[in-house]
Amino acid sequence: MTAVVTANGLTKRFKNQVALDGATFQIESGRIVGLIGPNGAGKTTALKAILGLTTFDGHLSVLGLDPRKDRDKLMEQVCFIADVAVLPRWLKVRDAVDFVANTHPRFDRAKCDAFLARTKLQPGQKVKQLSKGMIVQLHLALVMSIDAKLLVLDEPTLGLDILYRKQFYQSLLEDYFDEEKTILITTHQVEEIEHILTDLMFIRDGKIVLDTDMDSLGERFAEVLVSSELAAAARELKPLDERQVFGKSIFLFDNVSRPQLESLGEVRRPSIGDLFVATMKGTYA
Amino acid sequence: MKSFYWLVKREFWEHKGGFVTAPIVAGIVALVLNVMLLITAEVLGRRWAGVGKGDSFHTNFDRAFDADNLVQAGAVLDMTLYGVTFLILGVMAIVVFFYCLGALYDDRRDRSILFWKSLPLSDTNTVLSKAASAVIVAPAIAVVTGVVAGLLLMIVVSIFATFHGVPAWRLLMEAHPFQVVFTLLLLLPLYALWALPTLGWLMLCSAWARSKPFLWAIALPVGAGIVVSWFGLMGLFNRGSSWFWTNVVGRVLGGLVPGGWVGQTTSPLVLPGHDDPAAVLQSLNLAYHYSALANPSTWIGAVAGVAMIAAAIWFRRWRDDS
Repeated sequence: MTAVVTANGLTKRFKNQVALDGATFQIESGRIVGLIGPNGAGKTTALKAILGLTTFDGHLSVLGLDPRKDRDKLMEQVCFIADVAVLPRWLKVRDAVDFVANTHPRFDRAKCDAFLARTKLQPGQKVKQLSKGMIVQLHLALVMSIDAKLLVLDEPTLGLDILYRKQFYQSLLEDYFDEEKTILITTHQVEEIEHILTDLMFIRDGKIVLDTDMDSLGERFAEVLVSSELAAAARELKPLDERQVFGKSIFLFDNVSRPQLESLGEVRRPSIGDLFVATMKGTYA
Repeated sequence: MKSFYWLVKREFWEHKGGFVTAPIVAGIVALVLNVMLLITAEVLGRRWAGVGKGDSFHTNFDRAFDADNLVQAGAVLDMTLYGVTFLILGVMAIVVFFYCLGALYDDRRDRSILFWKSLPLSDTNTVLSKAASAVIVAPAIAVVTGVVAGLLLMIVVSIFATFHGVPAWRLLMEAHPFQVVFTLLLLLPLYALWALPTLGWLMLCSAWARSKPFLWAIALPVGAGIVVSWFGLMGLFNRGSSWFWTNVVGRVLGGLVPGGWVGQTTSPLVLPGHDDPAAVLQSLNLAYHYSALANPSTWIGAVAGVAMIAAAIWFRRWRDDS
């Protein structure tokens, strides 16, 4: 596996705050990586740096290129959907396809037409006549027809109803993703992407605080349902987090041996949401 | 090159209303108003025919019906063609002024810049495609529209001329539509060159302003002019503040006005009396227009314009506020 993105000491300062504080990470090809963090943690800044949309300090290499210097070349291999509904309102569906087909060397028109045929989009419709969900369908059809090595998605489903959200990720998995491609996603709706991710990164205050693949996540972190008489013993193992449900305590452990935990109670894999809440404790305090 | 063509096409899609519909509407309005004027002249001319010498209602069109002097009649027709085109170019200038101010700003405001930036398009090509749309595509469309409207008006005038005993085809033979169209087309490069400082300034404001590019674009040069005038009042500049208004503020804001170089050239323009249309046209020939190239102001403005476009490209690349 080769690294698609390598960041070393990635730093970005704004006038009165630090958006990225020496973030260091690596993204291998053929992965679906979730970059999760609270508001203002530096997610969007990190993506912008990767896409060459902003200046930064430190080392960053995307597909072997420096996004600051070789942005034009980079964009042939990298595609992104930044937020929802950024397609210009005056653009017609037909013109959008024509434009991308004629300006992007890796665009497959037949593929795009096939994607569009599955939707209610009409060639003559303007973006301003479409609902938010349909705009995202159009955008996704365009982007999925581009044979890009890296696809960056920044809150791609914000404000969409659940049907469109499900369909969005399903299309990505079924019709787009393969071992040659890499997807980097940020979103607040963690539970939705949980089952499609292969890797997970948590970002907090401009630093990567957790960087793991989903398999080792299950080995490293464990959630244990402990009855009240064993709670004191559980607390001695320094849990990351503790919460109460139906008179029992749920503890979240990092790197505690499995047999030890099994003696306390029922062990299960924690959800990303619970892990996130435990890791980010005190962020807004 | 293919990308550039599609980038220009994109501008055309977005601004079809301004680039095509506006000149056509202006052409129709010009036609209708002129026909109304002709009818008025006919009606009033008949009503007062017995009174005085018949020239109590004097328009330049009278000359078109002057069977004794067909040279002047043809010149009036040529002027009609120029005049209508000039009017449509004026409308286009207003459209292009606001187009330039929005060109690198509107997509930042509605965040669609994030879509365009997700495609492998260089910022240089993007900015240049917008510049080309403003000073090449839009004026070319305006000239074509103007010529069509002008030719239609010529035909209408000739038909009216038949009422005055001048055969329509005879009159049309005296006009020089091909020469006029040729002159207009040859003036397009000069127009683009002369418009560069304004184009550059407006696009720079459009790429740089975080909000309200219009206010910045107007306020900065006008404010500078006021400061210079104020110093000028105290006699601190020997150049005089009127020089600054004409050569800096005027060039930066007024470069899109069609024929803005007329009267600014080093060879003084001598216009004969307005009773001699043929001579007026003669003194405004291509050689006169292109004598603007001998004016250093043309070239200094063009260099400044190119520099400002380069700055606009830089801001397009690095302005990060979406």
